[in-house]
Amino acid sequence: MNLTVPLLAAIAKLLSGATMRWHECQPDTCQRVYFANHTSHLDALVLWSSLPGEIRDLTRPVAAKDYWSKGIVRQYIAKSFNAILIDREEIKVHQSPVDLMIREIGTSHSLIVFPEGGRNPGEDLQEFKSGLYYLSKKRPDLELVPVYIDNLNRVLPRGEFLPVPLLSCITVGAPMWLEPKESKADFLKRARDAVRRLKDV
Amino acid sequence: MPHASLSLFPFAIIAQLPLPNVRLDPRTNILLGTVVGILALAYFVGRALRRQPESTANPAVIRTLNLRIRAWWMMCVILIAGLWLGPVATTVLFGLVSFWALREFITMTPTRRGDHRTLFWSFIVFAPLQYVLVALKAYAIYTIMIPVYASLFVPARIAISGDPKRFLERVAKIQAGLLICVYCLSHAPAILSLVLTTRPTEPNVPVEYWEGSNASVLFFFVLIVQLNDVFQYMWSQLLGKHVIAPQINASRTWEGLIGGTLSTMLTGMLLWWATPFGPYWAGPIAGAVALAGFAGSMTMSGIKRDRGVEDYGTLVSGHAGVRDRIVSLCFAAPVFFHITRFFFSTMQ
Repeated sequence: MNLTVPLLAAIAKLLSGATMRWHECQPDTCQRVYFANHTSHLDALVLWSSLPGEIRDLTRPVAAKDYWSKGIVRQYIAKSFNAILIDREEIKVHQSPVDLMIREIGTSHSLIVFPEGGRNPGEDLQEFKSGLYYLSKKRPDLELVPVYIDNLNRVLPRGEFLPVPLLSCITVGAPMWLEPKESKADFLKRARDAVRRLKDV
Repeated sequence: MPHASLSLFPFAIIAQLPLPNVRLDPRTNILLGTVVGILALAYFVGRALRRQPESTANPAVIRTLNLRIRAWWMMCVILIAGLWLGPVATTVLFGLVSFWALREFITMTPTRRGDHRTLFWSFIVFAPLQYVLVALKAYAIYTIMIPVYASLFVPARIAISGDPKRFLERVAKIQAGLLICVYCLSHAPAILSLVLTTRPTEPNVPVEYWEGSNASVLFFFVLIVQLNDVFQYMWSQLLGKHVIAPQINASRTWEGLIGGTLSTMLTGMLLWWATPFGPYWAGPIAGAVALAGFAGSMTMSGIKRDRGVEDYGTLVSGHAGVRDRIVSLCFAAPVFFHITRFFFSTMQ
């Protein structure tokens, strides 16, 4: 394991002043998919850094290839936090992102995904992309854990490159699963509501 | 060589000036020892109270008390560590506290996307620069840097970012954050840079230097402000009937203010030996500090009511709530510093 990883995580936590709240959910090394709202480039890094060490080692954030493969620093960070880079521009049928994720996590790792697909410029959550549904359909044993990330968009808003060290808060909600015979639209709506509900707890 | 002697001239002057004494001298140690002793006692009392059954003691009050005692321990440890390491270390530690308080302040105050670069300047340039200037003892610059130049820079930078919505409100928020959390608090470590005298310096009268240490004066100040908070709370609980501004803070009463201020004056008088003020002036100066501390608490209550939060909600809940603990210090620091500087120092 890379020696700079704990250092990188400490810097991310210090800079974002993140408080991690496990609400209706306890830290566990079982295979999970943490799905969160997405407002800042720091989201994946800070959420991943705020996980307890032994869970962090088993958790891989899913990040956009077009952003994280640019420049040495970003490449280095993405490599350090063991990110799975997804090509958003060129999605092939036989090499779909969901298949890639399932292959990469095997039977031991967890995922961090942002089902909104991109950073949200507005207040309310955007509609979720269908990846979470297909992921759950192919691997129904994975625990789906909703996460709400508050205030990171003020630490590093869209279009800025210098962060302001404000405080942020990450709330982890109760795990959920795809119900039998649940339609794609219903499931995605339920997942989105689960994240949105964490805003007010 | 007239040129060489001319260029050496200012350095020769500086070398002759007496330096402030910031050692931990016997007086400071007596004061520190007493406070640590009282805090240790308070710690054990707090622990004993926590074990009481709920019928005899209100658990919420005991929890608040224990949190307070923990905050005082932190404050005490930070101050002692700083004073032991020297004035620059003390200034750095106060700077870190300021930085954290500003962080909480801005986190709880909604800003807009267009304020991002201005906030970056506030956090990365103005806040550290203020403490660097204090450490360099550049009184003429640090006393105007934030109230004049940062206050002009903030609205200009927000205007350049091009978002006119609620412009004045956003400017005021950032200015207030810098002024209260950074500028005001920086006057506390600035006390360490004064050369203290026992009476106002007058022309043609020999200066009477105070033989004590600035460390004890700084500790005296922090102690008086914290005790004032306790006294005002206690008097309010004992006699409080006339609430000053119920919509701002329902627990602040006139009885608490008057009783608290008088108690603080008495305590200040009893601790005169830790200061250059003498027994006669230590009381009134403690009174001025008490009033400024009260003003700070009321202002922070006003800000919180405006924001509609008793605590800061979830964003700051995991942290200590530094701003709450230090806001009375922030308001009292410039008052105490300027009284000391104008009447009990060489004003260099």
